[in-house]
Amino acid sequence: MIGPSSSHTAGAVRLGNVALSILGEPVQEASIGLHGSFAQTYQGHGSDLALVAGLLGWSTDDARIPSSFDHAREAGLTVTFHKENLGELAHPNTVRFRLKGRQGVASVITGSSIGGGRVLVTEVDDFPLEFTGDFATLLVMHHDRPGAITLVTGILSSQGINIAQMRVSRKQKGALALMVLETDQPVGDGTIRAISSLPQVEAVRRIQAM
Amino acid sequence: MTEKLSLQYWIAQAEEKNTTFANYCIQNQVEALELPAQEILERMESMLAVMREAVQIGLQGVRSVGGLVGGDARKLDEYLKSKPEKVIGGTSLSKAITMALAVGEANASMGRIVAAPTAGASGVLPSVLFTIAESHHLTERELAKGLVVAGAIGMVIASRASLSGAAGGCQAECGSAAAMAAGAAVDLCSGTPSQVGEAVAMVLKNMLGLVCDPVAGLVEVPCVKRNAGAAAQAIVAAEMALAGIKSAIPVDEVIDAMGTVGGSLPKNLRETALGGLAATPTGRAWAKKLFGHIEE
Ligand code: SF4
Repeated sequence: MIGPSSSHTAGAVRLGNVALSILGEPVQEASIGLHGSFAQTYQGHGSDLALVAGLLGWSTDDARIPSSFDHAREAGLTVTFHKENLGELAHPNTVRFRLKGRQGVASVITGSSIGGGRVLVTEVDDFPLEFTGDFATLLVMHHDRPGAITLVTGILSSQGINIAQMRVSRKQKGALALMVLETDQPVGDGTIRAISSLPQVEAVRRIQAM
Repeated sequence: MTEKLSLQYWIAQAEEKNTTFANYCIQNQVEALELPAQEILERMESMLAVMREAVQIGLQGVRSVGGLVGGDARKLDEYLKSKPEKVIGGTSLSKAITMALAVGEANASMGRIVAAPTAGASGVLPSVLFTIAESHHLTERELAKGLVVAGAIGMVIASRASLSGAAGGCQAECGSAAAMAAGAAVDLCSGTPSQVGEAVAMVLKNMLGLVCDPVAGLVEVPCVKRNAGAAAQAIVAAEMALAGIKSAIPVDEVIDAMGTVGGSLPKNLRETALGGLAATPTGRAWAKKLFGHIEE
């Protein structure tokens, strides 16, 4: 990885990576809210450079991280930073991304760098959830109707993909819900297409395992 | 969290199988990762290559992002080369602390390093490994095995205590790094699995309670020099263990004590940059100078 801090640099790159996968397309505009210790020290740790590197899809050991701002400019990505108080309960190293993609997809993603370069995503588009990205992860936005979950898990098991953990987060019964599936094997493009084509499913996002 | 691992259990297993701790850990990894040993060791070798580059970056003399550290590894290197007769700790120790500073400085200047276990403490393990490689004429493959041992020790500490300064203070970062380095050193110097455990126990005991108090919240002061101190601690513990000295408290219990001590450290002394050296008049002045403009 690139220094100087596993939680403020590597974790920040990783948060950017995860946010990029959730958006599902190249980022055009990012407004990044920094909470707690991130807000206090992001410049000295290069967390700002690292977050942008993550949004560009770079890995934690990319030697270009110190110059990520220049690359972002060339790639047509505008980024602004501000301090944001996410409340007492939020982990001290928490970031909220408000992202807009090139094709106009928008997403709000909140996550924390929890130490040693590991991250925990805690909210996606107002859905509270928790996943670390240690596993290959699928986020499936679906209509909360009977059978939706069985269909998705059925497709995965037919492909020999074992689900390590799964959680469903919904705002109210019958409305839009979010399935978080952590799998032992990476999920291929074909499988993603199959899940996306289910009538109950609105959108699918894939996050590669770390 | 994950289940608690036990270093004592692994050590007992290795002793029973009459194998080195490194070979036992590699076998464990082969099963856990479902990868051939060859591939695991090759991954370790590529990490060693990054570590070597980091030493070189630091030795050139770099400036940190915050501007609080830099150039000291080079200073020490030049001093040791120009006045070898003045060295008081022996050549090996001098080399180790030089390399520990070098990687610490490379890290603080956003150079590429291997977090071991964290970026802040990334200088300890490479400095000890490379010092022993030189003095004991070890191959890269042998060093790679040392890394596997270090990784196993880190896993146990993570499961029973913590590896992060924010959760457990610097004893969890530099202390754990020293424990990983001491254990690896013992194995590389043909110590028994039990001796690996004794070294880990002794080094953690010697670093118990070390607080995390980074000036201005940056991984610069005291972090870089603590890497040098931790490297020396690792060598001290490994030397004692190889001589057959035992820790009166078994290693798993020492790790648990480290976890408990970490939990009882006030928040001020856990990476918040509100206590210890960070709260000294000079520490505060640095923080104000660097971040005054974004403080609310
Ligand atoms: S003082 Fe804190 S930030 Fe610095 S190396 Fe130790 S644990 Fe890491």
